[in-house]
Amino acid sequence: MKLKFSLPVSLLIAVVLFISSCQGDKKLPILGPRSAETVKNADGSTGVDTVYKTIPAFSFLNQDSVEVTQDTFKDKIYIADFFFTSCTTICPTMHRNMKEIFEKYKDNPEVMYLSHTIDFKYDKPSVLKKYAQKLGVDNGKWQFVYGSKDSVYKIAEKDYLVAVIEDTTAAGGYIHQGWLVLIDKQKRIRGAYDGTDPQKVAQLMKDIPVLLAEDKK
Amino acid sequence: MRKHLIAIVFSCVLATIIYSCQNAAQVKQDVYYVNGRDLYIKHCQNCHGAKGEGLGTLTPPLTDTTFLKTNRNKLASYIKKGIKDTITVNGQQYEGTMPAFAELYDIDIAQLLVYITNSFGNNQGIYTPEEVSAALKATE
Repeated sequence: MKLKFSLPVSLLIAVVLFISSCQGDKKLPILGPRSAETVKNADGSTGVDTVYKTIPAFSFLNQDSVEVTQDTFKDKIYIADFFFTSCTTICPTMHRNMKEIFEKYKDNPEVMYLSHTIDFKYDKPSVLKKYAQKLGVDNGKWQFVYGSKDSVYKIAEKDYLVAVIEDTTAAGGYIHQGWLVLIDKQKRIRGAYDGTDPQKVAQLMKDIPVLLAEDKK
Repeated sequence: MRKHLIAIVFSCVLATIIYSCQNAAQVKQDVYYVNGRDLYIKHCQNCHGAKGEGLGTLTPPLTDTTFLKTNRNKLASYIKKGIKDTITVNGQQYEGTMPAFAELYDIDIAQLLVYITNSFGNNQGIYTPEEVSAALKATE
């Protein structure tokens, strides 16, 4: 028997194959400023390499008053955000959404979370500990960190690209953006999602496996 | 054709009768409920959640019908003046504070309470602005 496809059918098959082959290559963008650097190759010739924005070394105290550094997140992808415990505006929504992700990846040791408090006056580690316990996420995978105003505000604006401002006229005393920032194992920014928008959070949930798969290749 | 026309007119009349039979109190409660939902989204949903589910043990859920019933006369002042004491909801203790919403008027609080006490599995009927101002006076 001879198989004979009509032209529309074969066209359709071609389109389906084309689309499905594209999906396999889905990659998340690398965000932030980048620069080109001239590098020397092993054979002595020179080439141009792209240098991406990465999160620099940091040191903060977590909810157990233990120092947290880049080593804590070695070979992990993590989601970073900025909040404060007495915030009644966007923080509860952000953390409700983030907790959903936390529950989903509970058994995956490669996914972690890093919440920086911007209330350097009140949110000492003991306050963060209580907050973590009450949120029901105090198992070490979700780090709540405290640092000096300078160190936290600088890393927020310069490195995670999240705006945070101390403002005594605002409810709670601080203004900040609700981004959930996705960081890969090379410390590069791979996504920023509005943590108060359920659709954006759903996108983040879809992007996590894409980023995890990238390192498996 | 004529038969159809009569049937349509008849059902219109019937619908009008049924509609106007809906009693005025129910209509008032429905108006409060709808306005209360807007206020809830604006002032309460961040912490208490879209389904009144609360957040961990940071924020209590609004699903404890018994709590809402037994504390009916305190609910208005909870909203207007906030909460500083530990409260027990669904058998779970909640410490910490709830912020005060001093800017809300009695009518706003009444509408909010109608929404909350008739959603999330609760069904406790109307709450009037008069009841709110009396309750607020009693806790002063």
